[in-house]
Amino acid sequence: MLSVTKRSSWTDTLLSIFLFVLIIILYQYFAHQRHLLNPHDKLVPTFAQMLDAFTRSTFEPDRNGVYRLLDDTLASGQRVLISMVFVFGGVLMGAYMGLFPVMDKLFYKFFLFFDKIPALAILPILFIFFGLGEVSKVALIVIGVVPTIILDTYLRAKAFPQEQVIKAITMSASKSQIIFKIILPKIFPMALDSIRLNFKAIVLFLISGEALAATAGLGYRIFVVRRYMAMDIIISYVIWIGLLSYLIDAGICLWIKKQYRWYNK
Amino acid sequence: MTGKYILEVEGASQQYFDQSEKSFQVLNNINLQIREGEFVTIVGPTGCGKSTLLRMILGSERPSAGNVLMDQKPILKPDRNRGVVFQKYSLFDNLTVRQNVRIGLELENFSIFGNLLNTVFPGWKYEEYSTLVDEYLERVGLLQHGDKYPYQLSGGMRQRVAIAQAMIMKPKVLLMDEPFGALDAGTKDQMHAFMLEQWQQTGQTILFVTHDLEEAVYLGTRVIVLSQYYQGANGAKIVKDFNTPWPHPRDQSVKEEELFQDMIKTIRNQGLNSNYLLNQEEFDLSHADAIQLAS
Repeated sequence: MLSVTKRSSWTDTLLSIFLFVLIIILYQYFAHQRHLLNPHDKLVPTFAQMLDAFTRSTFEPDRNGVYRLLDDTLASGQRVLISMVFVFGGVLMGAYMGLFPVMDKLFYKFFLFFDKIPALAILPILFIFFGLGEVSKVALIVIGVVPTIILDTYLRAKAFPQEQVIKAITMSASKSQIIFKIILPKIFPMALDSIRLNFKAIVLFLISGEALAATAGLGYRIFVVRRYMAMDIIISYVIWIGLLSYLIDAGICLWIKKQYRWYNK
Repeated sequence: MTGKYILEVEGASQQYFDQSEKSFQVLNNINLQIREGEFVTIVGPTGCGKSTLLRMILGSERPSAGNVLMDQKPILKPDRNRGVVFQKYSLFDNLTVRQNVRIGLELENFSIFGNLLNTVFPGWKYEEYSTLVDEYLERVGLLQHGDKYPYQLSGGMRQRVAIAQAMIMKPKVLLMDEPFGALDAGTKDQMHAFMLEQWQQTGQTILFVTHDLEEAVYLGTRVIVLSQYYQGANGAKIVKDFNTPWPHPRDQSVKEEELFQDMIKTIRNQGLNSNYLLNQEEFDLSHADAIQLAS
């Protein structure tokens, strides 16, 4: 910190929300202007319309008696959750690769290559092999993100101070204890951090998968209503997706801060 | 004569390869025998391979020729019998002081069931260790800092935790690689007193590598000087091996004695100075266990 005097916290808060407020005001102004000219304008819905669309999809069941937002969020959430299992498996894989030279030799080049293939390019293959169902969509996320997570954890485990591993061995640690009691507890917050930063990619692959083939899901919905130019729904969904991602990010940050006090110190 | 030495190094040499694949000798034909309960300090000029020797005894490195034995059995890997304290990375920074001291006990008495139970009911299984852990924390004077993390400790406190962490396992041999190298003079003095006290209480065999001559003479019952400077040098050899005459417990006043100062001067002039050694045909290996090789 260069500044010696500390600014009061409310000015800081004001500064950090300034751009949000500015954008909202400008947007509302232009939307209002357009609606004055054409009351049926669909391109730039006002906030009242967006809120209306959002409440409709949240609290009113559609023709099939489904609460859309809840349904879409659950469908997408389930896909993300299943792929998270693989992501955490990737963390474990990376730790093993970092510690055991055989695993290192066997898998490193393989995952490095896989990491370079754009996952979206594999999507047609996935659709052909697994059909248009859930498997393809989860597989897309997994193929897109897990190699990165594996390589990241691998590098962390590789950089783990050898002295500490030796020390653990002098205290009669077995190989699996070194992984589970020495290395993983220490690199886990780093892994959480990299999962947090890669969450954007997870959402990206989720929406791509859903856009192409799905019957429910946040990404599916915005691509479906595009046909009716329902900007009010699209924008409210985009904000909802952004909000969810932000909350997950903040949640992981809080987890790291509470659970791993020694981290980043 | 064999049988009473806890550690034996027989003709051990070590070669490394540099970037251009050229080999260079670090240690040349090291012979060493150490009795149980000795406090051996190893000194030498920078790059003479004292840490390499320690790592060979630890087992994290194998000699390119020769053998390293513990209780007449070759040392192939680090194991439970030899504890270690490093200068850096000596503690697990994701664990509190208490957990750091306890981790060895946890690792040794590990059971999946116990570990699971402990995740569900924290502090259930580790109750039985707490008396012992507290005893060691008390001994290193850190009982009231038990719940702090290593980043909250000073350098001296960290090394004390590291020593407690190694000692609670009661290894037969304790290896220390410049453990106080990064500490300031005042803290160092405290650590020396502490170290001697611990050694007298436990009667452990300690191998202590340092570049500080005063530290070496003050702490050790036996001082070994390694040097790579001698005639036709090809890797470091033991150039001095002698007992220190002061009985334990020692205190700081020993350092004022003329003999102490002389001893340091002798090591500096004869062990670390290349001009002197280059003109020597034989080394001063006055220790009773030192191995005189006909050259």
